[in-house]
Amino acid sequence: MTQSLLHQILDYANRADPYPIYEELRKTPVHHEEDGPYVVGTYYEIRSLLHDPRISSDARNLASTAGDPLAESAQEEETALPPGFLRLDPPEHDRLRRMTNRPFGPPHSPHRVDGMRGELHGIVSGLIDGLGDTGRIDLVEQFSYPFPVTVICRLLGVPRDDEARFHTWADAIAASLDPDPDADPAQGGKASHDARTQLGMYLAGLIEERRKNPGDDILSELATAKGQDGAMTTMELLSTAALLLIAGHETTVNLVTNGMLTLLRNPDVLQRLRSDPRLAVPIVEELLRFEPPVQLVPQRTTLADIEVRGVTIPKGASIWLVLASGNRDPERFEDPDRFDPDRRDIQHLGLGSGIHSCFGAPLARLEAQLALSELARRLENPRLLEDPPTYRQNAVLRGPRHLPIACDGIRP
Amino acid sequence: MNGDGSLERLRREGRIVVVGASLAGLRAAETLRDKGFAGSLTMIGDEPYEPYDRPPLSKQVLLGMAPADSTALPRRRAVDATWRLGVPATGLDMAARRVRLADGDEVPYDRLLIATGVRARPWPREAEAELDGVFVLRTREEGAALARRLADGPKRVFVIGAGFTGSEIASACRERGLSVTVAERGAAPLVGALGGVVGAVAADLQREHGVDLRCGVMVTSLEGDSSGRVRAAHLSDGSTVETDVVVVSLGATRNTEWLAGSGLGAGPRGIACDAGCRAFDIRGIVTDDIYVAGDVARSPHALFGYQFLSLEHWGNAVAQAEIAAHNMISESADRLPHMWVPAFWSSQFGVNIKSVGVPSLGTEIMVPQGTLASRRFIGVYGYQGRVIGAVAFDHARWLPFYQELVETTAPFPPPFPTVDRHPDGQRPMDADFPDPSVPTHGPTVTLSGYSPADRRMTFTPAH
Amino acid sequence: MVRLVVDLNRCQGYAQCAFLAPEVFVMHGEEGLLYNPEAEEAQREKLAQASAACPVQAILVDAMDAPAEAVSGER
Repeated sequence: MTQSLLHQILDYANRADPYPIYEELRKTPVHHEEDGPYVVGTYYEIRSLLHDPRISSDARNLASTAGDPLAESAQEEETALPPGFLRLDPPEHDRLRRMTNRPFGPPHSPHRVDGMRGELHGIVSGLIDGLGDTGRIDLVEQFSYPFPVTVICRLLGVPRDDEARFHTWADAIAASLDPDPDADPAQGGKASHDARTQLGMYLAGLIEERRKNPGDDILSELATAKGQDGAMTTMELLSTAALLLIAGHETTVNLVTNGMLTLLRNPDVLQRLRSDPRLAVPIVEELLRFEPPVQLVPQRTTLADIEVRGVTIPKGASIWLVLASGNRDPERFEDPDRFDPDRRDIQHLGLGSGIHSCFGAPLARLEAQLALSELARRLENPRLLEDPPTYRQNAVLRGPRHLPIACDGIRP
Repeated sequence: MNGDGSLERLRREGRIVVVGASLAGLRAAETLRDKGFAGSLTMIGDEPYEPYDRPPLSKQVLLGMAPADSTALPRRRAVDATWRLGVPATGLDMAARRVRLADGDEVPYDRLLIATGVRARPWPREAEAELDGVFVLRTREEGAALARRLADGPKRVFVIGAGFTGSEIASACRERGLSVTVAERGAAPLVGALGGVVGAVAADLQREHGVDLRCGVMVTSLEGDSSGRVRAAHLSDGSTVETDVVVVSLGATRNTEWLAGSGLGAGPRGIACDAGCRAFDIRGIVTDDIYVAGDVARSPHALFGYQFLSLEHWGNAVAQAEIAAHNMISESADRLPHMWVPAFWSSQFGVNIKSVGVPSLGTEIMVPQGTLASRRFIGVYGYQGRVIGAVAFDHARWLPFYQELVETTAPFPPPFPTVDRHPDGQRPMDADFPDPSVPTHGPTVTLSGYSPADRRMTFTPAH
Repeated sequence: MVRLVVDLNRCQGYAQCAFLAPEVFVMHGEEGLLYNPEAEEAQREKLAQASAACPVQAILVDAMDAPAEAVSGER
């Protein structure tokens, strides 16, 4: 029996190269299997739905969760921490995002991210210095994971020493976002629920501490700030902190790893980057198109019947927007399956669009640019030891679990 | 020019003259070169500056963030043109295909693009307009002069007209800590462009930021002191405002006087052209060698019942220039219609205002997202049962959706709920535009021609 | 000096430019953008970052080095 398209997208066997399946997906404007979500994979339709006020991000608007492999976990989440602003609609979403932005970006903190350039460089240098045996490096464990985690910890004011603890929780929570058809939903839900509860308790203690001894970190500012929008409640603060911490753990790692993997598969581009680090800027944008770390947005619900290219998606339906597929839509991008950092027209969907577009985007961009240009500059003759590498289970937050590489040495 | 090789000759060695060296003129020139025009290109401009951007003049420049002479437009590419700057065009001989210049020179053309734009409408009483301290704001020099005077710290700035420019000037002044009085003939700021419901929000915004806003009044005269400096403004309600700087912000006048007597269909409302940017002559016959783009053009729009729209919009200037340039060097079957959906922005009192479609055509408004009280909202305008425009106050990311509603002539009121859990409501109300027979200050869109028919059509924008 | 212009019809206030090149781009309120239309040469690299990062590709940075092309008067 042939697998349904939905199962193929989720099937781990296709993780290394989901793009042929997305090509199938784009042949119909809206893919729908009985009881399943409505899946959209074409660029213009995705972009337009991301700006459509009839599409809710709040799981409470789902008419029915039957058959939606993600719905279980969505409901489970409610019982631990309330949803972060990613899973809220306006005006609550807008208010929380605005307040979270206050210590992070302009207009109130315009120099926060820009001012981290030196610090980011220092972390990258330290990690590359410590790579050790160049005969076998696991780029994920030794570089792509610790880099953004260190950054998000400093930014939030979370002690790096506690990393082992919340690493486990973040993994369990991220796994719950994975619509794995073969996993036992009850078990996954319980693991995620427990993780959220424990993470919540951990963060609560930390916030208490920051209220007493505020530092120059985001958590301290969120815990003490009283701006135009007032203060966050403790529960809002907890779920916002959890959201940032998990997002900081589970996304940039994939952008960096996918980036190095793609560069090693395109040695001419890697060579160019080595001689001109400024090329990292267009390379990262093209990566966000070509191998986006968030492949799909599976958490949207229709508030009304919506027509998409002649297909009616009924009110209360679950919609999946497959960003990675839209990014390869030949109706939008010329020669979409080619990795081409010289592309002039690159309005990708890699970081989403609309009010829920990636909150940490500027930081992710800087991290990836710096990581890739420094790896290109310092690793001598780097090469892949496995291609394709072993991927993580997750179909939404897609990336290699390990990326074994070797090189001849490390330049100073 | 059909199939006899003459178009090829034009593209290879023809002479194209662009009158108007601002945004539209520059983008047209770049497009011509991009599309392979290899002949001679002459750019004629009355100001002695290469093309510069005007929107910053009422924002960054008045705030002191950037000097007035720093807004030269970046180039998309080299245009390899002959520039005749600081020399206004004074006449057009359509039969001989020549443009006359103020210095007596004549420039021959095979194709002419007119992009002479608009200028600020001056204070109508000449002697008062001459007073020291009375300003208008449109050009670089006007921007520099006003910015200099604001930097001197005047005791009070008096702005006549609360359209977009007037409101932005008032906003910049308040941000600099200057006392400001704004006098508006209509019932509220922005009322001509956005109606009374949104105008009331704009009025609150101004007052909250400390503007002394006077609506429903006219300025009857400006008074100078013995040394010729303005010292007060007298209003129709009998009041007097002492002031040392007056900014006249009464909209714009189209630069078409130089075409008087040429036989081209040019007048105070602009130059009429067809959807392909070709100018009409006074007999209503379309010319084939004269094109128009930007603020000076009036062109029929398919989405609005083929009414002739004059749009003083930055984006329109760019889009129309590109279409005009393309059409100037294309076979008739390859020409493109100018179908840009009207859109503009304004930044004032810390709020980002954006609009699509033509709100001023609307009779009703509803607020499907956000609230008027929070100054964060979407307002949708309806006309005869269809969505005709929308405005966003700090809600720009939703606007593309409403633009699609305008483009697809979607029904009004929109029959669906939105993600916003507490919007002002799904119920339409009177948009409260002023009686069109009562002139207001400087609407952004002016309409003429027949009313839009309530017909459905499908507009497919180029992606 | 580097000239630039932002198509504010396209701009949706994602603020990527203001994060990455805060000396040139400033958020004015939550969503409005002000920028220095003539940036210092030293900002060129950050400008490239900002314009590449713009989700709606609204930032145009001068494609030419020399405004020398604009010569007044002469034919």
